[in-house]
Amino acid sequence: MAHMTMGAEGLRSVPALLTRNASQFGGSPAYREKEYGIWQSWTWAETAKEVEALALGLLNLGVNEGDFIAIIGRNRPYLYWSMVAAQSVGAIPVPLYQDAVAEEMEYVLDHCGARFAIVSDQEQVDKVIEVQDRLHQFEHMIYLDPRGLRKYDHTRLHQFSHVQDQGRAAHDEYIKELQARTAKLVYDSTCVMLYTSGTTGKPKGVVLSNRNIIETAKASSEFDHLRADDEVLAYLPMAWVGDFIFSIGQAYWTGFCVNCPESPETMMTDLREIAPSYYFAPPRVFETQLTQIMIRMEDAGAFKKKTFDYFMAHARKVGPAILDGHEVSTLDWLKYKLGEVMVYGPLKNALGFSNVRVGYTAGEAIGPEIFDFYRSLGINLKQLYGQTEASVFITQQPDGEVRSDTVGVPSPGVEIRIAENGEVFYRSPGVFVEYYKNAESTADTKDAEGWVATGDAGFIEEATGHLRIIDRAKDVGAMADGAMFAPKYVENKLKFYPNILEAVVFGAGRDRCCAFINIDLTAVGNWAERNNIAYASYQELAGHKQVLDTIQAHIEEVNASVAQDEMLSGCQVHRFLVLHKELDADDGELTRTRKVRRKIIGEKFEDLVTALYDGSTSVYTETEVTYEDGRKGKIKATLEIRDAKVVPATPQRMAAE
Amino acid sequence: MKDTEGYVTADGRQIGGTLMEMRNITLRFGGVVAIQDISFDIREGEVRAIIGPNGAGKSSMLNVISGFYTPSEGEVWYQGAKRPPMKPFEVARQGVARTFQNIALFEGMTVLDNVMTGRLTHMNAGIASQALWWGKARDEEMENREKVERVIDFLEIQNIRKTPVGRLPYGLKKRVELARALAAEPSLLLLDEPMAGMNVEEKEDMSRFILDVNDEFGTTICLIEHDMGVVMDLSDRVVVMDYGKKIGDGTPDEVRNNQDVIDAYLGVPH
Repeated sequence: MAHMTMGAEGLRSVPALLTRNASQFGGSPAYREKEYGIWQSWTWAETAKEVEALALGLLNLGVNEGDFIAIIGRNRPYLYWSMVAAQSVGAIPVPLYQDAVAEEMEYVLDHCGARFAIVSDQEQVDKVIEVQDRLHQFEHMIYLDPRGLRKYDHTRLHQFSHVQDQGRAAHDEYIKELQARTAKLVYDSTCVMLYTSGTTGKPKGVVLSNRNIIETAKASSEFDHLRADDEVLAYLPMAWVGDFIFSIGQAYWTGFCVNCPESPETMMTDLREIAPSYYFAPPRVFETQLTQIMIRMEDAGAFKKKTFDYFMAHARKVGPAILDGHEVSTLDWLKYKLGEVMVYGPLKNALGFSNVRVGYTAGEAIGPEIFDFYRSLGINLKQLYGQTEASVFITQQPDGEVRSDTVGVPSPGVEIRIAENGEVFYRSPGVFVEYYKNAESTADTKDAEGWVATGDAGFIEEATGHLRIIDRAKDVGAMADGAMFAPKYVENKLKFYPNILEAVVFGAGRDRCCAFINIDLTAVGNWAERNNIAYASYQELAGHKQVLDTIQAHIEEVNASVAQDEMLSGCQVHRFLVLHKELDADDGELTRTRKVRRKIIGEKFEDLVTALYDGSTSVYTETEVTYEDGRKGKIKATLEIRDAKVVPATPQRMAAE
Repeated sequence: MKDTEGYVTADGRQIGGTLMEMRNITLRFGGVVAIQDISFDIREGEVRAIIGPNGAGKSSMLNVISGFYTPSEGEVWYQGAKRPPMKPFEVARQGVARTFQNIALFEGMTVLDNVMTGRLTHMNAGIASQALWWGKARDEEMENREKVERVIDFLEIQNIRKTPVGRLPYGLKKRVELARALAAEPSLLLLDEPMAGMNVEEKEDMSRFILDVNDEFGTTICLIEHDMGVVMDLSDRVVVMDYGKKIGDGTPDEVRNNQDVIDAYLGVPH
């Protein structure tokens, strides 16, 4: 493919990197895990020993080259070792989502033909046992936590530490074989196989080679100047490509330490104790944290609250500029330093962000306010855009060029091309080898020259060279006059308002856009309580005049912001209504992951859509709903339809910033 | 009933010989006879339940076992020896730990500190050493803390380790009580209505923990419980009491089909 680097100084596999780390950083910590109330740690040298013992144990169990080994559980050092041990013996690790139900696991285990599985505890063992009779090739399972498993039949079930003990005992018999197998690993051997969660159809197994992982890890580590003394907290699912790149790829490349929390519930405490210097979280995590801070500040004493508000206002003003290294007046700088002592420092400490040098968020659009909040505190939070097929990195934001509405410039080694229809294509050393046993999908996604379709529509900003993602490519349409219609772009802007839970924008093939709005019952309910507005139900609150006024104001602000974007100014919302029921996955209006099913909603509420476009000011409707116990009922309502002010589509780009 | 052979349960666990034996126990409070001539045994490694309608004398029985009450008549045999009248703390030193029907934790202390109190019987550093936290006291505390952390890990309460007990919901408090009892590394664990007042999910969690404790540490468990479904699922053998008398004793199935037991629970027309 495009880049044939020198195999990164001859280090052509993860086990090879481990050997290097064991000799180069032998005494520094590679893994930590909080257990029994204490951070237990393993140095790189110890890690190499543990991995070797496990690899020998795997040979003892009869693992062949090319076997697939499923790895299921929460982030634990042992499971990371399992991945490397699997690679060492020439097998391919396949991490699975630990919260997957047994049937989902069955599909994946069957698809890759896993002969072995290494799992965390009884829960996972039970799930695999449930399906293993239907998996003819499945042989042995290894578990970490023996609790509750004493009585199980152990003919094909083994405790992790026993496998390691057996491996150590059989050291002399197998060490030659192990060394031979590890030596055979080349740059194009498979490093890992990750299943994409698959919003449509069955999950696909993405095969990533050592080249993909190591090249990507190298480029991205250099991009952000990661160092051997960095600390990360590994808490995102192991089956997710991001965790593999951060906790294996980059960790092994640069030799930094991976910290595993004690349990999912203690994540926040562990985060504080570790204070990572390199941190990743989806927007949702940052959002929740911000909400918690704000709620707690509401309850704080008057002095504290005033101090907080005063310094936060100052941080918003100059914080991002200071972070980016721009000049600010001495007075502002001094005031910011005082704020650091009074507010920002303690706040960052409470959040566990005291030492963050590089923080990333990705996966979804992040609200500009949330983004700016963290940046103004001096936390270098950036965005990246990526997918499993690219070994994560497609674009990322360089220091000093961070904005909430772009996803950054192409990562080192990545080429980007925008197709006629706006779809983003990329080509890079990280591009996946293939979808396992699915040549058809591989051909659909990756062309002969190595260009991969992302399925997302976007454009490159001419002035800055930053990529902006608009929407899923298949959702992007055209309006009657041919202007681009990107509903999610507008919906995301709307959803950044705490009062708006969901928004559905219509407009494909029409002369203008209209929207359904779902209010956020928590936020709006809280507001109603504080303003002595009585309401009995969601429906009543949704129809309240003041609520409609607020929503209308939000929409008009969004319109003004959308209008500044030449390409998308046609997507301003002309008319809207607030739905009388919350969109619900039980009624099929949302997917289980709470994504709006535009088409189904359009069909189900056809009468409302018609009313939005025929100019009427109110509409009567009846809707069937499914209660949680499966019974069905009907909601009747008369909804008010309002016009929102739109801004004439004159290009005002210069005025925007 | 003097065999030391033990038996094998339906799910294949080997139950050992007699750990504790109650011989013709009678307990009177003035004219009230709370327990009348009851005998039964508890074997090593089993889950033994005591059930019965309200006021049957179950808790009194547990209090006799734990040494809180001294029986008016009868003998308690523990680990092959007759037990003289003892104070509860002496019984605790012999390896009998318990939880209470009404939670008895130190509300203002953290979970960790509460569980640490369970190790009290294993601490014997002098007061000076403890005050200075030096030498023996320090070594002891570190050793005990490690034991306690294993219990905390086992019962999955790591996230509330430093939370004051007063702030916890009821179900978790019950779990902390269990943790404290377990921290004492008992050979016999007495649970007084471990599921009382819990919702279904909490009950399921607690049942699992009880079984895991029995399975993992081999701890013998004697429990009192009202929820019949729970009792029948958890226990290996059941004693049924009514009005201070024993009206049934055997496996859950035997007890379930015992006419006296059915009558006691459903009532009989007079």
